[in-house]
Amino acid sequence: MAHTTESVPLVRAMYHDDDVLISAVKQIRAAGFKISEVYTPFPVHGLDKAMGLKESRIAVAAFMYGLFGLTVAVTLTWYMMISDWPQNIGGKPNINWAMNMPAFVPILFEMTVFFAAHLMVWTYLVINGLYPGADAKNPDPRTTDDYFMVELPAAEGLIEALQKSGAVEIAEA
Amino acid sequence: MHYESTERKPLILGDKSYHQITEDVVRPIETAAPRAWWIAFSIALVMFLWGVGSLAYTVATGIGVWGLNKTVGWAWDITNFVWWVGIGHAGTLISAVLLLFRQRWRMAINRSAEAMTIFSVIQAGLFPLFHMGRVWLAYWVFPIPNQYGSLWVNFNSPLLWDVFAISTYLTVSVVFWYVGLIPDFAMVRDRAINPVQKHIYKILSFGWGGKAKAWQRFEEVSLVLAGLATPLVLSVHTIVSMDFATSVIPGWHTTIFPPYFVAGAIFSGFAMVQTLLLIVRKVFKMEDYITIQHIEMMNIVIMVTGSIVGVAYITELFIAWYSGVEYEQYAFLNRATGPYWWAYWSMMTCNVFSPQLMWSKKLRTNLVFTFVISIVVNIGMWFERFVIIVTSLHRDYLPSSWSMFSPSFVEVGIFVGTIGFFFTLFLLYARTFPVIAQAELKTILKTSGEAQKKLHNDHGAHH
Repeated sequence: MAHTTESVPLVRAMYHDDDVLISAVKQIRAAGFKISEVYTPFPVHGLDKAMGLKESRIAVAAFMYGLFGLTVAVTLTWYMMISDWPQNIGGKPNINWAMNMPAFVPILFEMTVFFAAHLMVWTYLVINGLYPGADAKNPDPRTTDDYFMVELPAAEGLIEALQKSGAVEIAEA
Repeated sequence: MHYESTERKPLILGDKSYHQITEDVVRPIETAAPRAWWIAFSIALVMFLWGVGSLAYTVATGIGVWGLNKTVGWAWDITNFVWWVGIGHAGTLISAVLLLFRQRWRMAINRSAEAMTIFSVIQAGLFPLFHMGRVWLAYWVFPIPNQYGSLWVNFNSPLLWDVFAISTYLTVSVVFWYVGLIPDFAMVRDRAINPVQKHIYKILSFGWGGKAKAWQRFEEVSLVLAGLATPLVLSVHTIVSMDFATSVIPGWHTTIFPPYFVAGAIFSGFAMVQTLLLIVRKVFKMEDYITIQHIEMMNIVIMVTGSIVGVAYITELFIAWYSGVEYEQYAFLNRATGPYWWAYWSMMTCNVFSPQLMWSKKLRTNLVFTFVISIVVNIGMWFERFVIIVTSLHRDYLPSSWSMFSPSFVEVGIFVGTIGFFFTLFLLYARTFPVIAQAELKTILKTSGEAQKKLHNDHGAHH
């Protein structure tokens, strides 16, 4: 989520409880304010819905990666065992790939899982901007312990709304 | 807000807050190592170095320095390989299968169980690697173009399936573990005062900030990885068992092997988790998180899988008799009454008899008893693999080829070395990594914390 180019000052409100946070997020959005980010120390259930986040499509990506892995495995076994250098090993039929296929099931399965898992995790790291040595994305270190931070662009009446929603600290960045 | 039945025992004891969980999890990292840690670490390191020496001797001289002979061409190395891989099954089982079954008690133990998985699969991998003899050519097991044609690897062979299964399992377990570790490393980073420590955890935490969208993806990725790892963990020991089951040795050539091996793997893996966690909870004072309830749950898994293993042993015996194949019948009679009878009966006592004691609630909630049984089970499971491998091989089809096997000091050294290596890694992990998945654990504090449950119940009674 890139910050908006217009330099509206940000307001950061801290909460000290996840249930208060959820109701605060609902209140603030109902009052018409736009929340740009929420930082939490653990996955707060229902927060994504309260914030109106779209569902993640990463599972769909994983399925695609799995299909890709399966294709790679089929190609690999066909090329090496049937096309490039067919051998009679233990009398297993190798006239075509389909006849030899039962012996390849473990390879097909393992490579499907391998590609799905690894490419999904790579995708997850890239879209979240996670890499070794990256600067911490949370503005306040307490949000990995027991504080919850809501970050929003400054607007009229916002501070009052935040105070009413149960924020324990409000700061302008 | 979701609340849990009052009938369910709390999973976090005492009156904890989110901050208290942070403090408790981070304490072993931020405080100096206790003397007991240094003693254990030194012993593990010496054992590891002995193993390094034995491996160096093996590589320099050749596999001839082991006790193998023409009849028993597979013995300790493969026994140890299967034993370590089996132990490695519990971690993924706990984090993946129990996640799919929504078993919340996994949260306090999954981090350490996964660490154990990764470290034991590393040990397992060493044995086939060094049994190749010319270990510098180990990359030949991968389908890489070469100057012989290309002469490819054989995809019909269970040994190659094993290469793919173990590599996939190890690497997927590592990423599964690491995805969960990132937020916890960020927690350590954000508290660190020492600049060197802060820098190290900054690198390890990949810049995690706990944004709402990142958590949403985190949960989706965890769920999908669990879904992928569940069949994966079952496939790994299935394929390991096919190394044996697809051959024509009496005692190996049985269709029961895949489920029987998987059950045995879960059985031994949970026992090893139990051994390690009983020490971790004591040394790091984590009794409030790894509760008697957790120990009891794991003991029940040990009891059930131990019974499955017992049924498998008896089924094997019955089928050997019922098949009418004299070689098969002899193989099993020889196991129980032949020259390796002591190995067979050690296996039977440790694996079939001892877990049955867990039917008693008093025993399965007793920590000392649990600790002893957890070690007994792993001794038994080592003997199981020894019995399957050595007793099946040592009586060949030709009586003139009959022989016995006893390990050389080099093989013993390598085995002891892997135990040392395993504990070296685990001890280093226990001092530098958050041993409890604290971010996940915080999500169940309000529903499964003792004080929170009590508060809710008392409050509820007024309505």
